Amino acid sequence: MAAEQQYIDIFLECGSAINKHSSELLNSKRAEAFENFKKNGFPTRKVEKYKYTDADELFAPDYGLNINRLDIPVNPYKVFKCDVPNMSTALYFVVNDSFYPVSQASPNIPEGVIIGSLKEFSEKHPEIIEKYYGKIAKTEEDSITALNTMMAQDGFLLYVPKGVVVERPIQLVNILHSSVDLMSNRRVLVILEENAHAKLLICDHAMDDVKFLSTQVIEAFIGDNSLFDLYELEETHNRNVRFSNLYVSQSANSNVLLNGMTLHNGVTRNMTNVSLEGKGAEIKLCGMAIADKREHIDNNTFIDHKVSDCSSNELFKYVLDDEAVGAFAGKVLVRHDAQHTNSEQTNRNLCATRTARMYTQPQLEIYADDVKCSHGATVGQLDENALFYMQQRGISLREARLLLMFAFVNEVIDNVRLDVLKERLHVLVEKRFRGELSKCEGCAICK
Amino acid sequence: MQTEPNKFVKELTQEKYKYGFTTEVSTDIIEKGLNEDVIRLISSKKGEPEWMLEFRLNAYRHWLTMTMPHWAHLDIPEIDYQAISYYADPTKKKEGPKSMDEVDPELIKTFNKLGIPLHEQRQLSGMAVDAVMDSVSVKTTFKETLMEKGIIFCSFSEAVKEHPDLVQKYLGSVVGYRDNFFAALNSAVFSDGSFVYIPKGVRCPMELSTYFRINAANTGQFERTLIVADDDSYVSYLEGCTAPQRDENQLHAAIVEIVVHDRAEVKYSTVQNWYPGDVNGKGGIYNFVTKRGHCKGVDSKLSWTQVETGSAITWKYPSCILSGDNATAEFYSVAVTNNYQQADTGTKMIHLGKNTKSTIVSKGISAGKSQNSYRGLVRVSSKADNARNYSQCDSLLLGSNCGAHTFPYMDINNETAIVEHEATTSKISEDQLFYCNQRGINTEDAIGLIVNGYAKEVINKLPMEFAVEAQKLLAVSLEGSVG
Repeated sequence: MAAEQQYIDIFLECGSAINKHSSELLNSKRAEAFENFKKNGFPTRKVEKYKYTDADELFAPDYGLNINRLDIPVNPYKVFKCDVPNMSTALYFVVNDSFYPVSQASPNIPEGVIIGSLKEFSEKHPEIIEKYYGKIAKTEEDSITALNTMMAQDGFLLYVPKGVVVERPIQLVNILHSSVDLMSNRRVLVILEENAHAKLLICDHAMDDVKFLSTQVIEAFIGDNSLFDLYELEETHNRNVRFSNLYVSQSANSNVLLNGMTLHNGVTRNMTNVSLEGKGAEIKLCGMAIADKREHIDNNTFIDHKVSDCSSNELFKYVLDDEAVGAFAGKVLVRHDAQHTNSEQTNRNLCATRTARMYTQPQLEIYADDVKCSHGATVGQLDENALFYMQQRGISLREARLLLMFAFVNEVIDNVRLDVLKERLHVLVEKRFRGELSKCEGCAICK
Repeated sequence: MQTEPNKFVKELTQEKYKYGFTTEVSTDIIEKGLNEDVIRLISSKKGEPEWMLEFRLNAYRHWLTMTMPHWAHLDIPEIDYQAISYYADPTKKKEGPKSMDEVDPELIKTFNKLGIPLHEQRQLSGMAVDAVMDSVSVKTTFKETLMEKGIIFCSFSEAVKEHPDLVQKYLGSVVGYRDNFFAALNSAVFSDGSFVYIPKGVRCPMELSTYFRINAANTGQFERTLIVADDDSYVSYLEGCTAPQRDENQLHAAIVEIVVHDRAEVKYSTVQNWYPGDVNGKGGIYNFVTKRGHCKGVDSKLSWTQVETGSAITWKYPSCILSGDNATAEFYSVAVTNNYQQADTGTKMIHLGKNTKSTIVSKGISAGKSQNSYRGLVRVSSKADNARNYSQCDSLLLGSNCGAHTFPYMDINNETAIVEHEATTSKISEDQLFYCNQRGINTEDAIGLIVNGYAKEVINKLPMEFAVEAQKLLAVSLEGSVG
């Protein structure tokens, strides 16, 4: 306990400085968030949802905060070079927790679509943002969300108006760059009105070998008949701590794909809350983690079937090596009126060493009878027969293991609806298994 | 099922609790309330030695520091522990009766209504019955046969007096009084129960059986069962419950401890049919039980089988600690909830030894406005090489106002472990019903068939005598509940 005290002190001392460098709309939510944060404090491991990741301990160290928004001495457009072949994305950067100004507008982005700084656009278009900001990320329910709401000064906004299809994938690169230990609080808001389509790829990179602690809250509102893909790729380092809370609200007949991939990290806790609000909504929630050394990955998902005729499909796969710790807690709630729900949840895990640990907790809570729900979870090793078979065919044991592990996580990658990204992921994952740094060639961001 | 849904619902709601009768036996009840004096009184009434009283008092003092757990998916009304009488003795006599003539005839009638093979039936059924009505053991049969083999099967109070060394050695060794709120309460006030000891190399020739029955109003029953299977022994133990209809909620907080030594095997089967409350959720038993077995020895084996149809609220997790190498544990369960019943039940498998195996098969059936949860834990410690677990928990929903939930936990700390968990939730498919209808089987029978088929996997694990009763219970509990 008491880790929260320093954040309470900072807020009380620097509240005005935080406000000064943010927008009115973002500021308007701070007081309530602060009260909730003060009341609840950081969750300890006694709190069921945080059983596997000790937030209290992770937030205890002293990190620097860039409240006064000092300039970032880097131009990511120069140093970053994404080498996903043939993938042309509309590229944006958030450095630490501020949006990096775009030098020129990306081509092929249809009119009416707003992509950019949350701070800037919440000042320019408060009438749009107001309806959404802080509406599903409830500060009384989660202290990390409360902390983020109270501290976040900027972030990323994606707004797609009614009937607009954004063909080009949008790529947001989060860069952590600092010479001292740094904490950053990012906020992302995604709004898709009716019949809109968009694909968003978020990559996390850390430039410097210092300790980073980041909180990220993403709120995504997906309108009727809309289609939204969100890919999150984390490639940071062992000294990085990440708390990411993703909230998704889906209207009728919307189709959402969420795919979170953790390739390199320190301590990661991803929480995903999906609320199916309109009939016929479909969610596919995937996740993959490859962890070694003392990496820690905790995915906590919650899918709320509020109305009838929705379907959800969850697939999470972990490969744990060395002393890595993996945790998965997935809960599916089917409410009383959510008849004809179709829900599937799968969590499969490979432990490669005896020191790796896996905690899994697939949960179903069902109050409707005409539903089809299932979940399955396994923890095990590579199939010995398969390994033997391959060795018999002249494939070395090491190679055979790699092949099988690759095939194991491939199921998650297969869900990616962007072919070029899929191909790239294959390469990254293979490199990761071979122990090479899966950094993109020609790019100076990761060290 | 679409034809006349109301008919089935009506039939169901009119299905009365079959065993809802009360026996007029004068009962020696002590004052309501709980304090150290009450515990001393219970202990002295039972003529217990000093160490037993010490155990109770320690448990009570620890209980005072604890609070009622609220993590279960249950809506438990506030329980006033001071409004419960903690001791009731239906035999009145200080010494237990030695022959059937000494047993209160009213009591024998009750047992006969329940169909307990205590009198004539005992030879036919081949069971030794330790009948427990309220708190004191009334009659123990087949004791002589068992004695020849060196098997001890007696009431707990008798064991305290006659086998203090064994009781002292094993009491609280699996479920300590610090374990949980209800275990502490039970350890402080437990009135009686059964004690079983199977000596080395002995295979118990018959199935041991105890019927528990709550009779006097407002008396919580706190049973304690201790089963010890020494090296190379085998025993199958049956426990069944029926309770008379009562309006006020009754609390039942039992403890079952099982110790399994090298190469021994214990099979523990339960058919639980406590009074579940009426169709409006009024009354019914609160069943908060701590059951745990310790597979201490190498190649030891423990199997839990339970059919749960009763109780207003069930809070029960028969668990196994697999600390001996190559130990095996099984958990088979059918839990049926109807009307306003609530059940939060499941198991814990703690793998500590090498090459340990566990199987979990849990079938939940919810109907009416009931809530049925499976909660389980599979933990593989870092030293438990080659541990293997298979869990399957299925839920069947009959009706749109009930709930079925699964909360499995898996903590795996060893790479060689293979752990699988699967769960499905569904209702009886229209196709299955249609197929049966087509073959001339009416909807009602078809549902019975399907549910029985669904639960077969577990019922098959029960000993013959129980399997029949369990099947009947399933039918009674669910008759016409689909609409």
